[in-house]
Amino acid sequence: MTDTVLLTARDLTKRFGDFTAVDGIDVEVHKGESFGFLGPNGAGKSSTMRMIGGVSPVTSGELSIFGLDPATHGPQIRARLGNCPQKDLLDEELSVQENLWVYGRFFGLSRKEVRERATELLEFAQLSERRGDKVEPLSGGMKRRLVIARSLINNPELLLLDEPTTGLDPQARHVLWDRLFRLKRQGVTLIITTHYMDEAEQLCDRLVVMDKGRIAAEGSPRDLIVRYSTREVVEVRFDTDDHSAHADSLGGIGERMEVLPDRILLYADDGDAAGSAVHSRELAPLSVLVRRSTLEDVFLHLTGRTLVD
Amino acid sequence: MDATETTASTSVPERSRLAAGPRRDLGILERTGVLIEYHWLLFRRTLRGVLITRFLLPVLFLASMGLGVGSLVDENSGGVDGVPYLLYVVPGLVMVTAMQTAVGESTWPVMGFVKWNQFYRAMLNAPHSVADTLRAHWLMIAFNVATSALAFTLISALFGGVGSWWALLGTPIAVLTGMAFSTPLFVIAAKTDTDSVYSAIFRLVVTPLMLFSGAFFPIDQLPTWMQPFAWATPLWHGIELGRAAFLGGPVPDLWWVHVGVLTAYIVVGAAVSRRALRQRLVP
Repeated sequence: MTDTVLLTARDLTKRFGDFTAVDGIDVEVHKGESFGFLGPNGAGKSSTMRMIGGVSPVTSGELSIFGLDPATHGPQIRARLGNCPQKDLLDEELSVQENLWVYGRFFGLSRKEVRERATELLEFAQLSERRGDKVEPLSGGMKRRLVIARSLINNPELLLLDEPTTGLDPQARHVLWDRLFRLKRQGVTLIITTHYMDEAEQLCDRLVVMDKGRIAAEGSPRDLIVRYSTREVVEVRFDTDDHSAHADSLGGIGERMEVLPDRILLYADDGDAAGSAVHSRELAPLSVLVRRSTLEDVFLHLTGRTLVD
Repeated sequence: MDATETTASTSVPERSRLAAGPRRDLGILERTGVLIEYHWLLFRRTLRGVLITRFLLPVLFLASMGLGVGSLVDENSGGVDGVPYLLYVVPGLVMVTAMQTAVGESTWPVMGFVKWNQFYRAMLNAPHSVADTLRAHWLMIAFNVATSALAFTLISALFGGVGSWWALLGTPIAVLTGMAFSTPLFVIAAKTDTDSVYSAIFRLVVTPLMLFSGAFFPIDQLPTWMQPFAWATPLWHGIELGRAAFLGGPVPDLWWVHVGVLTAYIVVGAAVSRRALRQRLVP
């Protein structure tokens, strides 16, 4: 059904001079889904988001949001978008609620609408008690929640979240994820960029793995793990500066091996059996840990690199 | 009621910009208006400081330059070209104030919106363009220049420093003069990442211009080689026009050159700054 497609990109490309930030990607996002761009810093995620957000011209290829071209209908698209950029872009001299009022007025909402909406959204962002306080002393997590509340002020049909939890402590991240999960349950369409595989697993129905401006793979988190990894992984650490020296001694265990600077990963559907095999070779490793595969393993397999370096 | 359910907004009136689907476009007046509203909020927050500067500064200037220096000049040479020094210097001071207000508002605050809190970007994420954000900001600066020029004029009148009702025409002339500094200065925030250049501008541009653009003495008193510098900068043109207005005429022969130079600074400055900020903010 084409009427449920909110966003289409075909061969979408962004170049800055000689540098190609986004190198011909194809993406389609449907109404009601939660779609992710997973990749390390510099993969082209934010450049893609800025093009989608209508604040960066497309170099070549096609981009359509709500069936409109951002080159000719930028304001019409932005009127229906929620934008939660990587940087907070708050006026820290103003109060929490003034930031919401001001931004709501930018969208041409009436003063009455803005006030009603701000009250609801402060409740949603768990900031009602801080409504009259200046923004500047708020914690990073509170500021992020305020930015998300602000991005919802115009009742957007599509919400863009660029690295929503980068720089937050684990507890603040979980609070934020809970809020985003509620939005998702209410049927708000989300597009999220992240370099955290746990964030992508928690929030995304479907995602693309991006690397060096290209899409390396696409699917649901579960699909990608099944397709590009084994069910389980054994992490083996030795007391050494050079784990590659130990690679041969672990040969033949599991289906595949990745040697990282600080550990060796053995991919196997039965992790416990592989772990026992490691122990039986009497190599005296520092630790042997069996865990389930994650999107981190998918990324490693696809690119040979880790997500966060 | 579960507050989280309210974001779904089920009972939105059809004409509201909260309704799903295409939203009513904002016209240019509306776009400019809602952005000025934000600047107005910032202005109100600093109102006390603004009022103090707008009233105290004229009083200090008038007391020292107008009355202090003025009595010396008038005793020794009967004023400047027959005009008592206080009446001679007030239009100069009004234009100097216009320049200082405009430069102050077009330097650090702009850097803030571009680089520090980057609030211009927040405007651009809403349905506004770079042209919208600049139009609103420049109108607010013009308002600031107008009110400071008008306040200076009224206070000068209380000191007996204004000789004609035509002095009210000095306020629009002050706006032209101030904006001739404002629009070109916006380019700096687009092109640099440090604000140290602003201190240099105050030291190397604003202060010398204040001293040598005919505010305090006619520029024909300057060495001949310095006079072309005065002709090239906006302040002298503003002072020539302003002084004619404050003294109630006659209209300068070359009034259209003065207006033309000021307008050229504004128009070219706006075009250059808009282009540079577009490159910076919407790359």
